[in-house]
Amino acid sequence: MNELMIKYEEVHKYYDDLHVLNDINLEIKRGEVMVLIGPSGSGKSTLIRTMNFLETIDSGTITIEGKTIHRKTENLDKIRERVGMVFQQFNLFPHMTAIENVIEAPVHVKRIDKKTAREKGMALLTKVGLGDKADSHPHQLSGGQQQRVAIARSLAMEPDVMLFDEVTSALDPELVGDVLQVMKDLARSGMTMVVVTHEMGFAREVGDRVLMMDAGQIIEEGPPEKFFIDPENERTKRFLKEIL
Amino acid sequence: MTSLWEILSENFMMFTEAAGVTLRLTAVSLFFATFIGLVFAFMKISRLKVLNLIADGYIGLIRGLPLIVQLMFLYFGISSLVTLPRFWAGSVALAIHSGAYVAEIFRGAIQSIDKGQVEAAKSLGMRQSLLMRRVILPQAALRAIPPIGNQFIIGLKDSSLVAYLGVLELYGTALLIQARNFKPFETYLVAGGYYLLMVIIFTILLRKLENRLAVTTRPGGGNGKQKRRRVASGQAAA
Repeated sequence: MNELMIKYEEVHKYYDDLHVLNDINLEIKRGEVMVLIGPSGSGKSTLIRTMNFLETIDSGTITIEGKTIHRKTENLDKIRERVGMVFQQFNLFPHMTAIENVIEAPVHVKRIDKKTAREKGMALLTKVGLGDKADSHPHQLSGGQQQRVAIARSLAMEPDVMLFDEVTSALDPELVGDVLQVMKDLARSGMTMVVVTHEMGFAREVGDRVLMMDAGQIIEEGPPEKFFIDPENERTKRFLKEIL
Repeated sequence: MTSLWEILSENFMMFTEAAGVTLRLTAVSLFFATFIGLVFAFMKISRLKVLNLIADGYIGLIRGLPLIVQLMFLYFGISSLVTLPRFWAGSVALAIHSGAYVAEIFRGAIQSIDKGQVEAAKSLGMRQSLLMRRVILPQAALRAIPPIGNQFIIGLKDSSLVAYLGVLELYGTALLIQARNFKPFETYLVAGGYYLLMVIIFTILLRKLENRLAVTTRPGGGNGKQKRRRVASGQAAA
Protein backbone atom coordinates (compact mmCIF):
# COMPACT_ATOMS: atom_id res chain seq x y z
CA MET A 1 0.00 0.00 0.00
CA ASN A 2 2.97 2.30 0.34
CA GLU A 3 4.62 1.89 -3.02
CA LEU A 4 4.37 5.12 -4.98
CA MET A 5 2.68 4.72 -8.37
CA ILE A 6 2.15 8.26 -9.62
CA LYS A 7 3.74 11.49 -8.46
CA TYR A 8 3.00 15.00 -9.79
CA GLU A 9 5.34 17.85 -8.92
CA GLU A 10 4.46 21.46 -9.72
CA VAL A 11 2.62 20.55 -12.90
CA HIS A 12 1.24 23.40 -15.00
CA LYS A 13 -0.67 23.41 -18.23
CA TYR A 14 -2.13 26.25 -20.28
CA TYR A 15 -4.60 26.45 -23.14
CA ASP A 16 -3.50 29.82 -24.49
CA ASP A 17 -4.43 32.17 -21.63
CA LEU A 18 -6.36 29.60 -19.67
CA HIS A 19 -4.43 28.06 -16.80
CA VAL A 20 -6.03 24.59 -16.90
CA LEU A 21 -3.64 22.91 -14.49
CA ASN A 22 -2.25 25.22 -11.84
CA ASP A 23 0.53 23.83 -9.67
CA ILE A 24 -0.68 20.25 -9.33
CA ASN A 25 1.13 18.19 -6.70
CA LEU A 26 -0.13 14.73 -5.85
CA GLU A 27 0.89 11.20 -5.00
CA ILE A 28 -0.98 8.01 -5.67
CA LYS A 29 0.10 4.79 -3.98
CA ARG A 30 -0.34 1.24 -5.17
CA GLY A 31 -3.83 -0.11 -4.48
CA GLU A 32 -5.24 3.33 -3.79
CA VAL A 33 -8.54 4.52 -5.27
CA MET A 34 -8.44 8.26 -5.85
CA VAL A 35 -11.61 10.05 -6.82
CA LEU A 36 -11.43 13.40 -8.61
CA ILE A 37 -14.43 15.67 -8.40
CA GLY A 38 -15.16 19.25 -9.30
CA PRO A 39 -17.36 21.45 -11.49
CA SER A 40 -17.07 21.15 -15.27
CA GLY A 41 -14.14 23.09 -16.62
CA SER A 42 -12.23 22.69 -13.37
CA GLY A 43 -9.47 20.68 -15.08
CA LYS A 44 -10.19 17.22 -13.66
CA SER A 45 -10.54 15.61 -17.08
CA THR A 46 -7.39 17.33 -18.29
CA LEU A 47 -5.56 16.12 -15.18
CA ILE A 48 -6.55 12.48 -15.62
CA ARG A 49 -5.68 12.68 -19.33
CA THR A 50 -2.14 13.82 -18.50
CA MET A 51 -1.68 10.58 -16.55
CA ASN A 52 -1.29 8.65 -19.78
CA PHE A 53 -0.08 11.58 -21.84
CA LEU A 54 -3.12 12.14 -24.01
CA GLU A 55 -2.48 15.71 -22.87
CA THR A 56 1.00 17.16 -22.59
CA ILE A 57 2.04 19.42 -19.74
CA ASP A 58 3.86 22.74 -19.99
CA SER A 59 6.02 22.49 -16.89
CA GLY A 60 6.67 20.31 -13.87
CA THR A 61 7.30 16.58 -13.71
CA ILE A 62 5.18 13.46 -13.72
CA THR A 63 6.72 10.28 -12.35
CA ILE A 64 5.00 6.99 -13.05
CA GLU A 65 6.34 3.87 -11.37
CA GLY A 66 9.68 5.53 -10.79
CA LYS A 67 10.04 6.77 -14.36
CA THR A 68 10.00 10.52 -14.80
CA ILE A 69 8.40 11.73 -17.97
CA HIS A 70 9.49 14.94 -19.59
CA ARG A 71 7.58 16.79 -22.23
CA LYS A 72 8.81 14.71 -25.15
CA THR A 73 9.53 11.34 -23.75
CA GLU A 74 10.96 8.70 -26.01
CA ASN A 75 8.61 5.88 -25.25
CA LEU A 76 5.13 6.88 -24.17
CA ASP A 77 3.66 3.70 -25.66
CA LYS A 78 5.52 1.53 -23.16
CA ILE A 79 4.15 3.57 -20.25
CA ARG A 80 0.66 3.60 -21.70
CA GLU A 81 0.70 -0.20 -21.74
CA ARG A 82 0.81 -0.08 -17.95
CA VAL A 83 -1.80 2.64 -17.52
CA GLY A 84 -5.28 1.62 -18.66
CA MET A 85 -7.91 4.19 -19.50
CA VAL A 86 -11.68 4.08 -19.87
CA PHE A 87 -13.49 6.96 -21.58
CA GLN A 88 -16.86 8.64 -21.30
CA GLN A 89 -17.71 7.73 -24.92
CA PHE A 90 -16.48 4.09 -24.59
CA ASN A 91 -14.44 4.36 -27.82
CA LEU A 92 -14.73 0.70 -28.65
CA PHE A 93 -13.46 -0.23 -32.10
CA PRO A 94 -16.72 -0.54 -34.07
CA HIS A 95 -15.33 -2.87 -36.73
CA MET A 96 -14.38 -5.52 -34.18
CA THR A 97 -16.48 -7.80 -31.99
CA ALA A 98 -16.33 -7.52 -28.20
CA ILE A 99 -13.71 -10.24 -27.87
CA GLU A 100 -11.69 -8.83 -30.77
CA ASN A 101 -11.68 -5.46 -29.02
CA VAL A 102 -10.39 -7.12 -25.87
CA ILE A 103 -7.58 -9.14 -27.48
CA GLU A 104 -6.47 -6.48 -29.99
CA ALA A 105 -3.75 -4.90 -27.85
CA PRO A 106 -2.55 -8.11 -26.11
CA VAL A 107 -2.07 -9.75 -29.51
CA HIS A 108 -0.62 -6.82 -31.45
CA VAL A 109 1.16 -4.83 -28.75
CA LYS A 110 2.23 -7.48 -26.25
CA ARG A 111 2.42 -10.17 -28.93
CA ILE A 112 0.70 -12.81 -26.85
CA ASP A 113 -0.47 -15.74 -28.99
CA LYS A 114 -4.06 -15.47 -30.09
CA LYS A 115 -5.32 -18.57 -28.32
CA THR A 116 -4.00 -17.54 -24.90
CA ALA A 117 -5.23 -13.98 -25.41
CA ARG A 118 -8.66 -15.27 -26.32
CA GLU A 119 -8.87 -17.46 -23.22
CA LYS A 120 -7.85 -14.54 -21.00
CA GLY A 121 -10.18 -12.22 -22.89
CA MET A 122 -13.14 -14.54 -22.41
CA ALA A 123 -12.38 -14.75 -18.69
CA LEU A 124 -12.37 -10.92 -18.53
CA LEU A 125 -15.64 -10.61 -20.45
CA THR A 126 -17.18 -13.15 -18.11
CA LYS A 127 -15.89 -11.17 -15.17
CA VAL A 128 -17.68 -8.04 -16.38
CA GLY A 129 -20.83 -10.11 -16.98
CA LEU A 130 -20.63 -10.27 -20.79
CA GLY A 131 -19.34 -13.76 -21.48
CA ASP A 132 -22.31 -14.37 -23.79
CA LYS A 133 -21.71 -11.17 -25.81
CA ALA A 134 -18.18 -11.99 -26.98
CA ASP A 135 -19.13 -12.15 -30.66
CA SER A 136 -21.38 -9.08 -30.69
CA HIS A 137 -20.29 -5.90 -32.39
CA PRO A 138 -20.39 -2.69 -30.31
CA HIS A 139 -23.50 -1.37 -32.09
CA GLN A 140 -25.39 -4.46 -30.95
CA LEU A 141 -24.63 -3.69 -27.29
CA SER A 142 -26.18 -1.18 -24.90
CA GLY A 143 -24.08 1.70 -23.60
CA GLY A 144 -23.55 -0.04 -20.27
CA GLN A 145 -22.44 -3.22 -22.00
CA GLN A 146 -20.11 -1.29 -24.30
CA GLN A 147 -18.55 0.41 -21.31
CA ARG A 148 -17.98 -2.91 -19.57
CA VAL A 149 -16.32 -4.27 -22.72
CA ALA A 150 -14.13 -1.15 -22.70
CA ILE A 151 -13.11 -1.89 -19.11
CA ALA A 152 -12.31 -5.52 -20.02
CA ARG A 153 -10.29 -4.25 -23.00
CA SER A 154 -8.15 -2.07 -20.72
CA LEU A 155 -7.74 -4.83 -18.15
CA ALA A 156 -6.54 -7.24 -20.85
CA MET A 157 -3.24 -5.31 -20.93
CA GLU A 158 -2.83 -6.08 -17.22
CA PRO A 159 -2.20 -2.45 -16.30
CA ASP A 160 -0.88 -1.30 -12.93
CA VAL A 161 -3.17 1.72 -12.87
CA MET A 162 -6.65 2.23 -14.28
CA LEU A 163 -7.98 5.68 -15.19
CA PHE A 164 -11.73 6.28 -15.45
CA ASP A 165 -12.81 9.54 -17.07
CA GLU A 166 -16.51 10.12 -16.33
CA VAL A 167 -17.28 6.63 -17.52
CA THR A 168 -20.93 6.64 -16.48
CA SER A 169 -21.83 10.15 -17.67
CA ALA A 170 -23.01 9.05 -21.14
CA LEU A 171 -25.12 6.16 -19.84
CA ASP A 172 -28.84 5.86 -19.24
CA PRO A 173 -29.42 5.94 -15.46
CA GLU A 174 -30.52 2.32 -15.25
CA LEU A 175 -27.28 1.16 -16.89
CA VAL A 176 -24.96 2.99 -14.50
CA GLY A 177 -25.24 0.41 -11.73
CA ASP A 178 -23.66 -2.48 -13.65
CA VAL A 179 -20.66 -0.39 -14.66
CA LEU A 180 -20.15 0.92 -11.12
CA GLN A 181 -20.38 -2.65 -9.80
CA VAL A 182 -17.54 -3.73 -12.11
CA MET A 183 -15.48 -0.78 -10.87
CA LYS A 184 -16.20 -1.61 -7.23
CA ASP A 185 -15.11 -5.23 -7.75
CA LEU A 186 -11.97 -3.97 -9.40
CA ALA A 187 -11.20 -1.61 -6.51
CA ARG A 188 -11.69 -4.44 -4.01
CA SER A 189 -9.29 -6.64 -5.97
CA GLY A 190 -6.56 -4.09 -5.18
CA MET A 191 -6.33 -2.21 -8.48
CA THR A 192 -4.86 1.29 -8.31
CA MET A 193 -7.53 3.58 -9.70
CA VAL A 194 -8.03 7.23 -10.54
CA VAL A 195 -11.68 8.04 -11.08
CA VAL A 196 -13.22 11.26 -12.38
CA THR A 197 -16.90 11.02 -11.55
CA HIS A 198 -20.09 12.70 -10.46
CA GLU A 199 -21.23 9.55 -8.66
CA MET A 200 -20.81 10.66 -5.07
CA GLY A 201 -22.15 7.36 -3.75
CA PHE A 202 -19.30 5.59 -5.50
CA ALA A 203 -16.75 8.12 -4.22
CA ARG A 204 -17.95 7.64 -0.68
CA GLU A 205 -18.14 3.87 -0.80
CA VAL A 206 -15.01 2.97 -2.76
CA GLY A 207 -12.70 5.99 -2.69
CA ASP A 208 -9.68 6.01 -0.40
CA ARG A 209 -9.15 9.68 -1.07
CA VAL A 210 -11.26 12.40 -2.68
CA LEU A 211 -9.72 15.37 -4.49
CA MET A 212 -11.71 18.49 -5.27
CA MET A 213 -10.58 20.61 -8.21
CA ASP A 214 -11.59 24.12 -9.13
CA ALA A 215 -10.11 26.46 -11.73
CA GLY A 216 -7.15 24.18 -12.40
CA GLN A 217 -6.17 23.73 -8.77
CA ILE A 218 -6.63 21.01 -6.20
CA ILE A 219 -8.48 22.94 -3.51
CA GLU A 220 -9.23 20.18 -1.06
CA GLU A 221 -8.35 16.56 -0.47
CA GLY A 222 -9.10 13.99 2.16
CA PRO A 223 -10.61 10.64 3.00
CA PRO A 224 -14.29 10.44 1.96
CA GLU A 225 -15.54 10.19 5.56
CA LYS A 226 -14.10 13.62 6.28
CA PHE A 227 -14.49 15.13 2.81
CA PHE A 228 -18.24 14.63 2.49
CA ILE A 229 -19.21 15.32 6.10
CA ASP A 230 -16.90 18.08 7.13
CA PRO A 231 -15.24 19.82 4.16
CA GLU A 232 -13.02 22.79 4.97
CA ASN A 233 -13.06 24.79 1.76
CA GLU A 234 -16.04 27.08 1.09
CA ARG A 235 -16.04 26.22 -2.62
CA THR A 236 -16.19 22.50 -1.76
CA LYS A 237 -19.08 23.09 0.59
CA ARG A 238 -21.03 24.92 -2.09
CA PHE A 239 -20.24 22.28 -4.73
CA LEU A 240 -21.31 19.41 -2.50
CA LYS A 241 -24.51 21.21 -1.58
CA GLU A 242 -25.35 21.67 -5.25
CA ILE A 243 -24.87 18.09 -6.31
CA LEU A 244 -25.99 16.11 -3.27
CA MET B 1 -33.74 2.88 -85.64
CA THR B 2 -32.84 0.32 -88.28
CA SER B 3 -29.55 2.05 -88.92
CA LEU B 4 -28.80 1.98 -85.17
CA TRP B 5 -29.30 -1.78 -85.17
CA GLU B 6 -27.25 -2.12 -88.35
CA ILE B 7 -24.37 -0.14 -86.92
CA LEU B 8 -24.36 -2.25 -83.79
CA SER B 9 -24.53 -5.58 -85.57
CA GLU B 10 -22.01 -4.64 -88.25
CA ASN B 11 -19.48 -3.40 -85.72
CA PHE B 12 -20.43 -5.55 -82.74
CA MET B 13 -17.02 -7.20 -82.36
CA MET B 14 -15.19 -3.92 -82.75
CA PHE B 15 -17.36 -2.16 -80.15
CA THR B 16 -17.17 -5.02 -77.70
CA GLU B 17 -13.43 -5.37 -78.02
CA ALA B 18 -13.13 -1.59 -77.59
CA ALA B 19 -15.28 -1.76 -74.47
CA GLY B 20 -12.84 -4.37 -73.21
CA VAL B 21 -9.97 -1.94 -73.78
CA THR B 22 -11.92 0.75 -71.89
CA LEU B 23 -12.43 -1.64 -68.99
CA ARG B 24 -8.77 -2.59 -68.87
CA LEU B 25 -7.72 1.04 -69.15
CA THR B 26 -10.05 1.91 -66.28
CA ALA B 27 -8.98 -1.01 -64.12
CA VAL B 28 -5.26 -0.38 -64.59
CA SER B 29 -5.50 3.40 -64.11
CA LEU B 30 -7.73 3.15 -61.04
CA PHE B 31 -5.51 0.49 -59.49
CA PHE B 32 -2.56 2.86 -59.71
CA ALA B 33 -4.73 5.84 -58.75
CA THR B 34 -5.68 4.06 -55.53
CA PHE B 35 -2.02 3.51 -54.74
CA ILE B 36 -1.08 7.11 -55.62
CA GLY B 37 -4.09 8.36 -53.66
CA LEU B 38 -3.06 6.46 -50.56
CA VAL B 39 0.50 7.79 -50.69
CA PHE B 40 -0.60 11.41 -51.15
CA ALA B 41 -3.33 11.12 -48.52
CA PHE B 42 -0.66 10.11 -46.00
CA MET B 43 1.58 12.94 -47.18
CA LYS B 44 -1.26 15.39 -46.61
CA ILE B 45 -1.92 14.27 -43.04
CA SER B 46 1.77 13.93 -42.24
CA ARG B 47 3.32 16.15 -39.61
CA LEU B 48 6.14 16.97 -42.04
CA LYS B 49 5.45 20.32 -43.70
CA VAL B 50 7.47 19.41 -46.81
CA LEU B 51 5.23 16.43 -47.50
CA ASN B 52 2.10 18.57 -46.98
CA LEU B 53 3.42 21.07 -49.51
CA ILE B 54 4.25 18.45 -52.12
CA ALA B 55 0.81 16.86 -51.76
CA ASP B 56 -0.94 20.24 -51.90
CA GLY B 57 1.02 21.15 -55.02
CA TYR B 58 0.15 17.91 -56.78
CA ILE B 59 -3.54 17.99 -55.88
CA GLY B 60 -3.86 21.70 -56.64
CA LEU B 61 -2.27 21.34 -60.05
CA ILE B 62 -4.33 18.33 -61.07
CA ARG B 63 -7.59 19.88 -59.90
CA GLY B 64 -6.76 23.16 -61.56
CA LEU B 65 -6.17 21.89 -65.10
CA PRO B 66 -8.54 20.35 -67.67
CA LEU B 67 -8.03 16.61 -68.01
CA ILE B 68 -7.38 16.81 -71.75
CA VAL B 69 -4.57 19.31 -71.17
CA GLN B 70 -3.07 17.03 -68.53
CA LEU B 71 -3.33 14.03 -70.82
CA MET B 72 -1.54 15.76 -73.66
CA PHE B 73 1.05 17.19 -71.34
CA LEU B 74 1.67 13.89 -69.56
CA TYR B 75 1.59 11.87 -72.77
CA PHE B 76 4.17 13.98 -74.54
CA GLY B 77 6.10 14.38 -71.29
CA ILE B 78 6.15 10.67 -70.60
CA SER B 79 6.98 9.68 -74.16
CA SER B 80 9.88 12.12 -74.27
CA LEU B 81 11.41 10.27 -71.32
CA VAL B 82 10.49 6.68 -72.10
CA THR B 83 8.77 4.99 -75.00
CA LEU B 84 5.63 3.46 -73.61
CA PRO B 85 2.90 1.76 -75.60
CA ARG B 86 -0.07 4.14 -75.99
CA PHE B 87 -2.24 2.03 -73.72
CA TRP B 88 0.23 2.31 -70.85
CA ALA B 89 0.95 5.98 -71.41
CA GLY B 90 -2.79 6.62 -71.28
CA SER B 91 -3.22 4.50 -68.16
CA VAL B 92 -0.42 6.26 -66.33
CA ALA B 93 -1.77 9.69 -67.27
CA LEU B 94 -5.29 8.78 -66.10
CA ALA B 95 -3.89 7.31 -62.88
CA ILE B 96 -1.99 10.50 -62.09
CA HIS B 97 -5.19 12.46 -62.67
CA SER B 98 -7.56 10.28 -60.64
CA GLY B 99 -4.94 9.84 -57.92
CA ALA B 100 -5.38 13.44 -56.83
CA TYR B 101 -9.11 13.01 -56.28
CA VAL B 102 -8.65 9.64 -54.63
CA ALA B 103 -6.08 11.20 -52.28
CA GLU B 104 -8.62 13.78 -51.13
CA ILE B 105 -11.24 11.06 -50.58
CA PHE B 106 -8.85 8.98 -48.48
CA ARG B 107 -7.67 11.99 -46.50
CA GLY B 108 -11.25 12.96 -45.73
CA ALA B 109 -12.17 9.42 -44.71
CA ILE B 110 -9.15 9.08 -42.42
CA GLN B 111 -9.77 12.44 -40.78
CA SER B 112 -13.47 11.68 -40.30
CA ILE B 113 -12.69 8.87 -37.85
CA ASP B 114 -13.49 9.96 -34.32
CA LYS B 115 -10.52 11.21 -32.28
CA GLY B 116 -11.66 8.94 -29.45
CA GLN B 117 -10.61 5.93 -31.53
CA VAL B 118 -7.03 7.20 -31.64
CA GLU B 119 -7.05 7.97 -27.92
CA ALA B 120 -8.40 4.53 -27.03
CA ALA B 121 -5.77 2.85 -29.21
CA LYS B 122 -2.97 4.99 -27.75
CA SER B 123 -4.11 4.29 -24.21
CA LEU B 124 -3.70 0.58 -25.01
CA GLY B 125 -0.07 1.21 -25.93
CA MET B 126 -0.56 1.02 -29.69
CA ARG B 127 2.10 2.73 -31.79
CA GLN B 128 1.05 5.29 -34.41
CA SER B 129 1.64 2.89 -37.32
CA LEU B 130 -0.17 0.02 -35.62
CA LEU B 131 -3.22 2.06 -34.71
CA MET B 132 -3.35 3.44 -38.22
CA ARG B 133 -3.29 -0.05 -39.70
CA ARG B 134 -5.57 -1.82 -37.24
CA VAL B 135 -7.97 0.88 -36.08
CA ILE B 136 -8.15 3.87 -38.43
CA LEU B 137 -7.70 2.43 -41.93
CA PRO B 138 -10.29 -0.36 -41.69
CA GLN B 139 -12.92 2.17 -40.61
CA ALA B 140 -11.76 4.81 -43.09
CA ALA B 141 -11.81 2.31 -45.96
CA LEU B 142 -15.43 1.58 -45.25
CA ARG B 143 -16.33 5.25 -45.28
CA ALA B 144 -14.36 5.81 -48.46
CA ILE B 145 -16.23 3.18 -50.46
CA PRO B 146 -19.20 5.31 -51.64
CA PRO B 147 -17.12 8.33 -52.76
CA ILE B 148 -14.44 6.05 -54.24
CA GLY B 149 -17.12 4.23 -56.21
CA ASN B 150 -18.27 7.58 -57.50
CA GLN B 151 -14.73 8.51 -58.46
CA PHE B 152 -14.30 5.18 -60.24
CA ILE B 153 -17.38 5.88 -62.35
CA ILE B 154 -15.90 9.25 -63.28
CA GLY B 155 -12.63 7.46 -64.08
CA LEU B 156 -14.39 5.02 -66.39
CA LYS B 157 -15.97 7.84 -68.36
CA ASP B 158 -12.83 10.02 -68.34
CA SER B 159 -10.92 7.17 -69.96
CA SER B 160 -12.68 8.16 -73.21
CA LEU B 161 -10.33 11.12 -73.52
CA VAL B 162 -7.28 8.94 -74.15
CA ALA B 163 -8.80 8.37 -77.59
CA TYR B 164 -6.94 11.58 -78.42
CA LEU B 165 -3.68 9.82 -77.60
CA GLY B 166 -4.55 7.29 -80.27
CA VAL B 167 -5.77 4.52 -77.99
CA LEU B 168 -8.54 2.55 -79.64
CA GLU B 169 -10.84 2.25 -76.66
CA LEU B 170 -14.60 2.66 -76.88
CA TYR B 171 -14.77 6.34 -77.80
CA GLY B 172 -11.74 6.14 -80.09
CA THR B 173 -13.38 3.25 -81.91
CA ALA B 174 -16.62 5.18 -82.28
CA LEU B 175 -14.64 8.07 -83.75
CA LEU B 176 -13.18 5.69 -86.29
CA ILE B 177 -16.46 4.01 -87.20
CA GLN B 178 -18.42 7.21 -87.69
CA ALA B 179 -15.68 8.53 -89.96
CA ARG B 180 -16.29 5.51 -92.17
CA ASN B 181 -20.10 5.26 -92.12
CA PHE B 182 -20.93 9.00 -91.90
CA LYS B 183 -23.56 8.26 -89.23
CA PRO B 184 -22.10 10.00 -86.16
CA PHE B 185 -25.38 10.26 -84.24
CA GLU B 186 -26.18 6.55 -84.29
CA THR B 187 -22.58 5.52 -83.80
CA TYR B 188 -22.10 7.67 -80.71
CA LEU B 189 -25.46 6.48 -79.42
CA VAL B 190 -24.21 2.89 -79.54
CA ALA B 191 -20.98 3.89 -77.80
CA GLY B 192 -23.02 5.77 -75.17
CA GLY B 193 -25.10 2.65 -74.61
CA TYR B 194 -21.95 0.67 -73.88
CA TYR B 195 -20.74 3.27 -71.36
CA LEU B 196 -24.12 3.40 -69.66
CA LEU B 197 -24.29 -0.38 -69.40
CA MET B 198 -20.84 -0.57 -67.83
CA VAL B 199 -21.66 2.16 -65.31
CA ILE B 200 -24.96 0.50 -64.38
CA ILE B 201 -23.30 -2.88 -63.80
CA PHE B 202 -20.56 -1.24 -61.72
CA THR B 203 -23.15 0.65 -59.67
CA ILE B 204 -25.05 -2.55 -58.89
CA LEU B 205 -21.86 -4.33 -57.81
CA LEU B 206 -20.92 -1.38 -55.65
CA ARG B 207 -24.30 -1.34 -53.94
CA LYS B 208 -24.01 -5.06 -53.21
CA LEU B 209 -20.60 -4.52 -51.66
CA GLU B 210 -21.86 -1.63 -49.53
CA ASN B 211 -24.81 -3.63 -48.26
CA ARG B 212 -22.70 -6.60 -47.36
CA LEU B 213 -20.22 -4.47 -45.41
CA ALA B 214 -23.02 -2.51 -43.75
CA VAL B 215 -24.48 -5.66 -42.18
CA THR B 216 -21.44 -6.43 -40.09
CA THR B 217 -19.87 -3.07 -39.48
CA ARG B 218 -22.03 0.03 -39.68
CA PRO B 219 -23.48 1.14 -36.38
CA GLY B 220 -27.23 0.46 -36.62
CA GLY B 221 -28.14 0.97 -40.28
CA GLY B 222 -27.77 -2.11 -42.41
CA ASN B 223 -28.39 -4.55 -39.66
CA GLY B 224 -31.76 -3.22 -38.64
CA LYS B 225 -32.89 -3.10 -42.22
CA GLN B 226 -32.04 -6.75 -42.72
CA LYS B 227 -33.85 -7.75 -39.58
CA ARG B 228 -36.96 -5.92 -40.71
CA ARG B 229 -36.81 -7.61 -44.07
CA ARG B 230 -36.56 -10.99 -42.40
CA VAL B 231 -39.60 -10.26 -40.23
CA ALA B 232 -41.59 -9.10 -43.24
CA SER B 233 -40.86 -12.24 -45.26
CA GLY B 234 -41.66 -14.36 -42.21
CA GLN B 235 -45.10 -12.82 -42.02
CA ALA B 236 -45.65 -13.33 -45.71
CA ALA B 237 -44.82 -17.01 -45.35
CA ALA B 238 -47.24 -17.41 -42.46
